[in-house]
Amino acid sequence: MSGFILRRLAHAVLTVLAASFLIFAVSEFSPGSVARKMLGPYVEDVQVDILSQKLKLDDALIIRYLRWLGVLTGAIADPLADPALNLGLSDPRGSRYFGNFGYSQLYKAPVNDIIWNRLANTLLLAGTAFAIILPLSLAFGVLSGMREGSRLDRSLSVAGIVLTSIPEFASGVMLTAVFVVGLKWLPGISPLEARGDWSIAAQLVLPVAVLVLYDFGYVARMIRGSMVEVMGRAYVRTAFLKGLTRGQVVLRHALRNAMIAPFTVLLLQLNWLITGVVVTEMVFAYPGFGRMLLEAALFGDIALVEAAALTALLLAVVTQLVGDIGYMLLNPRIRLA
Amino acid sequence: MLFWVALAVLAPILAPFPPNAQDFAALAKPTPSAAHWLGTDHKGRDILSRLIWGARIVLTVAPLAVAAAYLIGTAMGMLAGYFGGWIDAAVSRVSDVMLSFPLIILYVIVIANIGPSAANIVLAVTLASAPGVSRIVRGLVLELKSQDYVAAAKLRGENAAFILIVEILPNCRGPLIVDACLRLGYTTINIGVLGFLGLGLPPPDPDWGGMIKETTALITVWPHMAVIPSIAVVSLVLGFNLLADGLNEMTRQR
Repeated sequence: MSGFILRRLAHAVLTVLAASFLIFAVSEFSPGSVARKMLGPYVEDVQVDILSQKLKLDDALIIRYLRWLGVLTGAIADPLADPALNLGLSDPRGSRYFGNFGYSQLYKAPVNDIIWNRLANTLLLAGTAFAIILPLSLAFGVLSGMREGSRLDRSLSVAGIVLTSIPEFASGVMLTAVFVVGLKWLPGISPLEARGDWSIAAQLVLPVAVLVLYDFGYVARMIRGSMVEVMGRAYVRTAFLKGLTRGQVVLRHALRNAMIAPFTVLLLQLNWLITGVVVTEMVFAYPGFGRMLLEAALFGDIALVEAAALTALLLAVVTQLVGDIGYMLLNPRIRLA
Repeated sequence: MLFWVALAVLAPILAPFPPNAQDFAALAKPTPSAAHWLGTDHKGRDILSRLIWGARIVLTVAPLAVAAAYLIGTAMGMLAGYFGGWIDAAVSRVSDVMLSFPLIILYVIVIANIGPSAANIVLAVTLASAPGVSRIVRGLVLELKSQDYVAAAKLRGENAAFILIVEILPNCRGPLIVDACLRLGYTTINIGVLGFLGLGLPPPDPDWGGMIKETTALITVWPHMAVIPSIAVVSLVLGFNLLADGLNEMTRQR
């Protein structure tokens, strides 16, 4: 069993390395020199050339990647912090420390000053949404999967199709039209500052509602599918024939087995909620991680994009790892094999 | 859905105005009227006409992207499933990395780096959905390759390409058609998302997502400008999803 975990861990590390190289390659190999992006459009070519030379940007991609990894792990100092460059960039943490992502050109500050705050904001949004999605989809999924073809089951399946067909930007627009413009119950933007008439809790309602609407239908259908499958198994029939009531069968025999398959799906939802909520954050001007990534990418802020993409990647790999291990712990057939 | 396909094909005949024509008189009162059935947007352009022309774009880009994803994904999946071994390991590893990454981040990085255009949207969507297709195809091939008719073909001395394309692929079609419909729905959403994030077609082309993006700021004054294109996107995606659900029921009954 520890062998399995070790193998998974090695896979995860390899994945992160390979993908981080891809991230680096895509963002630094892109058309337009890296130095040009850092200095902005209003400098002369000579200055661009000087910075390119100082940063050794003409080296092979793999060497630049290794140097970037070196800065990231704190093995070498960030060349951008060199006062001789006169870029006006300084980091209170020094120029050599673990997790040094460099400097954001968009915000003119160390990446670490920006990214964690944004991530915390998104965690608040994602956590609240997940806390609503989980019990709601569990309840509906189990109840409708218990009796396949019942009225509740059929209405849930129709509702699920309809809800998953509404993209976040569409539900955002429609909810805003009703609750902000029409009824004037809620604020239309969520800058997370308790300024004006709206509390932070009121600002969270609409973004959370959009996420719940988009995701609930999908998760509930997954749980229902798994529940239907388990209810058709031989051991459930045996439990019924033994004379147990439906409630006892569901609680003692079906539920635990039906939760194994959707477990990974649920974890992936958490992953999606943390890094994939760009649209909702844009609709409501929410100061979160996704909006930061989009702005950085459109601005050409390479360091920030790389840092954000790497964080998203780490989260994705960790959730997958936890998913694999959790799946093994839940399923005795794999655990004992 | 058929409704939208018909609209898209007949766009030049049906659309009352060219998509970028501006009616400055309508700027003062952009709400729906006899001349502009669904009203005009913030630049005085007829929303109905833009929706109809926009349908053309979505309905070319989305199927194109799905087809490209299927071409690459099916090839990857068939090779991985049929040959196994290191080919399988390599293909699965690549798909795992791509799948563990939130799609939207992939889109943002790719499009922001290579610039927005219809071809690049197709490229980004293809990159993002090929691994998913590959995984499904791999599973189906694994299931089918132990069938008797595959063994028979092998004994006849057919080569691997023949067996994969003539013997195995046609038998995968049921689940693949259902998946393709679902994927068309998702792709429509994703194209809308890209447009909404400003990564879609460059203005002034009538891109549904872009139409919503340009007018959400005005939602407190003129809600119809953003709400009407939103309803259009939802109706098209819903069409694809209901079609997929119907096909799924049909293949299961057979």
